[in-house]
Amino acid sequence: MFVLLEAVAISLIVSNNSQQGSAFFNSSNELSGSVFQTQSNVVDYFSLSSVNKSLVEKNAQLLTELEALRKPADSVFIPLDSAMLATMQFKGAKVINNSLRLAQNHLTINKGSNHGVKSGMGVINEQGVVGRVKSVSRNFSTIISLLHTDLLVSSKIKSNDVFGSTKWDGINPEQAKLMYVPRHVVVALGDQVVTSGYNSIFPEGISIGTVIEVKPGTDTNYLDITLKLDTDFSRISYVYLVESFQQPELDSLYQSTGISNE
Amino acid sequence: MNSIRVISILLTGFLYLVFQVLVLKNLVLFGSAFCFLYVTYIILLPIDLKTIPTLLISFFIGMGVDLFYDTLGIHTAALLIIGFVRHRWLLVLVPPGGYDDDLQPSLLNMGFGWFLSYSIPLVLIHHTLFFYIESLGTDLFFTSLQKIIASVIFVTVMSIIVQLLFYRRRRGI
Repeated sequence: MFVLLEAVAISLIVSNNSQQGSAFFNSSNELSGSVFQTQSNVVDYFSLSSVNKSLVEKNAQLLTELEALRKPADSVFIPLDSAMLATMQFKGAKVINNSLRLAQNHLTINKGSNHGVKSGMGVINEQGVVGRVKSVSRNFSTIISLLHTDLLVSSKIKSNDVFGSTKWDGINPEQAKLMYVPRHVVVALGDQVVTSGYNSIFPEGISIGTVIEVKPGTDTNYLDITLKLDTDFSRISYVYLVESFQQPELDSLYQSTGISNE
Repeated sequence: MNSIRVISILLTGFLYLVFQVLVLKNLVLFGSAFCFLYVTYIILLPIDLKTIPTLLISFFIGMGVDLFYDTLGIHTAALLIIGFVRHRWLLVLVPPGGYDDDLQPSLLNMGFGWFLSYSIPLVLIHHTLFFYIESLGTDLFFTSLQKIIASVIFVTVMSIIVQLLFYRRRRGI
């Protein structure tokens, strides 16, 4: 009996380890989703003021950008190549469950396949990168947080366009590591790290964090870089889902050429 | 064991589960002390409960907690070990004169020292398993160790408080 039940538990752990787990036995199923929804309906009132504040800040930032993008009064206006436009679409969602102290953290949001969420979509908020959608039910989805030791985010250093992968090391929920930056690169403290946009999960230039420490790593080829994350995971309440129209095409291209892409 | 007792045991389990996922899930002291109070529920099941019902209860409580923590199977695996070891551990710790039937091995019934020596090893096993399975494949040995120790202390203190507040001493011993 013990062996049987223990075997069930272990097989569940193993089967759930892949990033695209089954949607039934986790927080995106309808039962736990609706419990979390009810709980969040009550608890939300306590965070309203801070949510408001961050929305206003985002609004102000977007207004500035809009001002910069406004067409000049000149009658000659040459649009960019239309293939460059509208490759991404954004959807808003509310976080109803969050964890940040485990080694593998997840969030749950109140949008699911009914609202067009698909597994593998990128998730950001107004501060920076949040994570990736893991599994989806009809009305809820589970997100692998950036604070998950298995999630790699393709990123680059803004000042010199050097590529690396951001990965959380499981220790401090405010810091992460930037990996695979070769030793010859000069990295300054305070450099911004943003998404590279290479695998089209995230748009290019979404902020991830700021370099706070650079050390020659134990691995001989790469630097050991510590980032301070821009996203404050302890107070996430609303997020945006990134839907990329190019991603299926890119994925099949990578697959046919045998490039594993992360 | 009559049906009223069975129902009260199941109801207590449900209460622990609800309290765990709605309140204690958000309570992590100093970033490392987790409060897995539901372990106390398995520890405090009546002494004469056989291993197989204990295992079944552990399985469902574990699955319930896993569902809400997004840690599929980890709580269950750790809790099943407790359910399995509990009966043997109770036999090891038999006080002189043996146990009364249908007694809860609680602080009030068995005394402070006995309860601590009974519960702390079980909680320690559970937490060690949980945190190491959870951080499997990473080099987080010391971070996990810190979490384990902090959580064991926290859970033990919480379980003492809960027992003093909500449990009754059995008369006529």
